[in-house]
Amino acid sequence: MSIDLKSASFHGYKRENGRIGVRNHVLVLPVDDLSNAACEAVANNIKGTLAIPHPYGRLQFGADLELHFKTLIGTGSNPNVAAVVVIGIEDGWAKRVADGIAATGKPVSFFGIEGHGDMETIRRGSKAAKDYVHWASELRREERPLKDLWVSTKCGESDTTSGIGANPCVGNAFDKLYAHGVTLVFGETTELTGGEQLVAARCRTPQVRDKFMFMFNRYQEVIDRHKTSDLMDSQPTKGNIAGGLTTIEEKALGNIQKIGRNCLVDGVLDKAETPSGPGLWFMDSSSAAAEMVTLCAAAGFAAHFFPTGQGNVIGNPILPVIKICANPRTVRLMADHVDVDVSGITRRELTMDQAGDKLLESMFRTANGRLTAAEALGHREFVLTRLYESA
Amino acid sequence: MIHFVVHDENDSVGVVVVEGVKSGQELTGWIMDQDKEIKVHAKNDIPIGHKLAIRELKANETVVKYSVDIGRAVAAIKVGEHAHVHNIKTKRW
Repeated sequence: MSIDLKSASFHGYKRENGRIGVRNHVLVLPVDDLSNAACEAVANNIKGTLAIPHPYGRLQFGADLELHFKTLIGTGSNPNVAAVVVIGIEDGWAKRVADGIAATGKPVSFFGIEGHGDMETIRRGSKAAKDYVHWASELRREERPLKDLWVSTKCGESDTTSGIGANPCVGNAFDKLYAHGVTLVFGETTELTGGEQLVAARCRTPQVRDKFMFMFNRYQEVIDRHKTSDLMDSQPTKGNIAGGLTTIEEKALGNIQKIGRNCLVDGVLDKAETPSGPGLWFMDSSSAAAEMVTLCAAAGFAAHFFPTGQGNVIGNPILPVIKICANPRTVRLMADHVDVDVSGITRRELTMDQAGDKLLESMFRTANGRLTAAEALGHREFVLTRLYESA
Repeated sequence: MIHFVVHDENDSVGVVVVEGVKSGQELTGWIMDQDKEIKVHAKNDIPIGHKLAIRELKANETVVKYSVDIGRAVAAIKVGEHAHVHNIKTKRW
């Protein structure tokens, strides 16, 4: 029996800017590598907060620095986040990140370490974090229509069963969500190589198609500039090849199954850019799992579909990652990582329509608060995309 | 029982979806898009997820999966033979 999406709803947290979150995190966000220790100390002091350490933020410049700020501000602004404590080595950039997040209307404070030291910064940050936790823990979920949920997708450690089962299962769910005005995104620019013409043909207008091909060609130039012979062992990865995928074209054609058969590409986003309306968006992005999912979170997406073949274990600190797998061997050996088992497709026991519904059922349960496998296992991969060397 | 899956009847390869396929074994394949069945004898042991040729491929011939070009054969591949990085290569990078 098919799920009736017309009247479907979920229970989420309404944020000050009208966006709906499905988690209620109080984040402790470092601006730079130097501030990780203080952030982790604050998160250790104040229960119910979450520090998201990362290795960057110093001596970046130009477009690379802009992307750094956009990703941090976007992460803090994500509707799955209730409030944010920002800590940086100095006040200026900490304020810049905090001001960006404050534009959403949510509570945010910033602290610079210089002139105070870690101990004093931890004391001040902990006080703010404690106030936020008391406040956020009293927020209540409310019933919201399906269209208020933003859903992203990216696959990882794919194999041939991804193209047969897990990815078209996401495609089936995307087609159904698209028909009900949900905001959707896919990306993985190099991983469309060999199937880019199929994506281009799905673009709604010539303008969208031109922008997509511009982004696609821009990334191909990066590959051409740095490649040695080919990208075997990296694209496809060792795991892909062990799983039976042979060429980038084969991997791309499996990848593209995630955008279904009916939905059109309505627009193209740069990395970490927030979509301006509902529909299916393409985001220029790395195909490395944690980088891409981090960019989706920074763009404001609230739930993520992650099909895998060989068993990628990725999660994200603020974006619940739902794992879908059609490989019977992986489902058997790595059941603790799989949220939605669609291996029945390979046995002809499960139709694609049933598989899509099974994923949507998991999506609603996750949106309503059920922790995903990655959340329960503590996977919090927060990985910032770098465009080039620091100064 | 389905041993391998083919996306489209135009494809030159299918994907083994069960564990333990042995050389000489008769395999039943399911062509998804046309919902048909075919039989092939495996010419090698083939791991789950790996491909086998369902039509004869000459060296340099285009390999088709999803009814689309996925690269070229770099050696001749017989029906039922394991088809992977040792005999297929990308045309892109």
